[in-house]
Amino acid sequence: MTIPGFPDAAPLAGLIGGILIGVSAAIMLLGMGRIAGVSGIFAKATGVGGSGMSRGGAWAFVLGLPLGALIVALVTGGVEAQFAGFAPIVVAGVLVGIGTRLGSGCTSGHGVCGVSRLSARSIVATATFMAAGIVTVAVMNAMGMEVLK
Amino acid sequence: MSSKLITPLIAGTIFGAGLTIGGMTDPARVRGFLDIFGAWDPTLAFVMGGAVIVMAVAWGIVPRMVEPLFAEKFHIPDRTDLTPSLIGGSALFGIGWGIAGLCPGPGIAALVIEPAKAAAFVASMFAGMLILRLFERN
Repeated sequence: MTIPGFPDAAPLAGLIGGILIGVSAAIMLLGMGRIAGVSGIFAKATGVGGSGMSRGGAWAFVLGLPLGALIVALVTGGVEAQFAGFAPIVVAGVLVGIGTRLGSGCTSGHGVCGVSRLSARSIVATATFMAAGIVTVAVMNAMGMEVLK
Repeated sequence: MSSKLITPLIAGTIFGAGLTIGGMTDPARVRGFLDIFGAWDPTLAFVMGGAVIVMAVAWGIVPRMVEPLFAEKFHIPDRTDLTPSLIGGSALFGIGWGIAGLCPGPGIAALVIEPAKAAAFVASMFAGMLILRLFERN
């Protein structure tokens, strides 16, 4: 399925993937009483901070992420991915680490869990990181910086 | 294994599968979404829309439950203050997200797709969290 004018978009796969993410977050909320915020759960697992969730539970969620990706890769026979080089990845990783702790969340905690309950903090956070990401990509493109190999 | 470990393991696995099916483990697709002035790829909006719709239903169920299925109580953030750290932190996160097209979930899930680079991302994300933690203590 394609959208006229956007030949590269994958709306149906995106919607199915999004529904699965929503189901996962709903399991965490209704099953464990917790927000499925990956940055917070990762911080909890690694001991740098995070919620009052148990450390074992945090590790179980974190380990599930690559497990789910592996299952999809095995079933579909491979997943396409175009990554940046190591230098931009390291710079980005440090910024994501600092930013998500300082901002109390990322795309999952704020963008999915917070926005869906109309939390003002999450709506402001999501608008801010989206705007920052859009400006960053626009500036990098204007400067001719192609990071994806 | 107890339900307190199996439940987050199942949730994490479904989350990782959803990210991968939705194309979010491909930084090119994520940067394509942020590239609204170029060859815009709206896929991420479908991913987020699908997830938000399901979660909106889940939030509607919470008030009808006394306690979560496998835990003693709900732990739901109750802060409403819009602080400089919320906005500044989200801006820093957005810059990092734009540079490499990776946020925490896809970065961790991609450990099995692009192992060396995903590991570099996860390690530097951990370093960033650690730096902030040490800085905040002083």
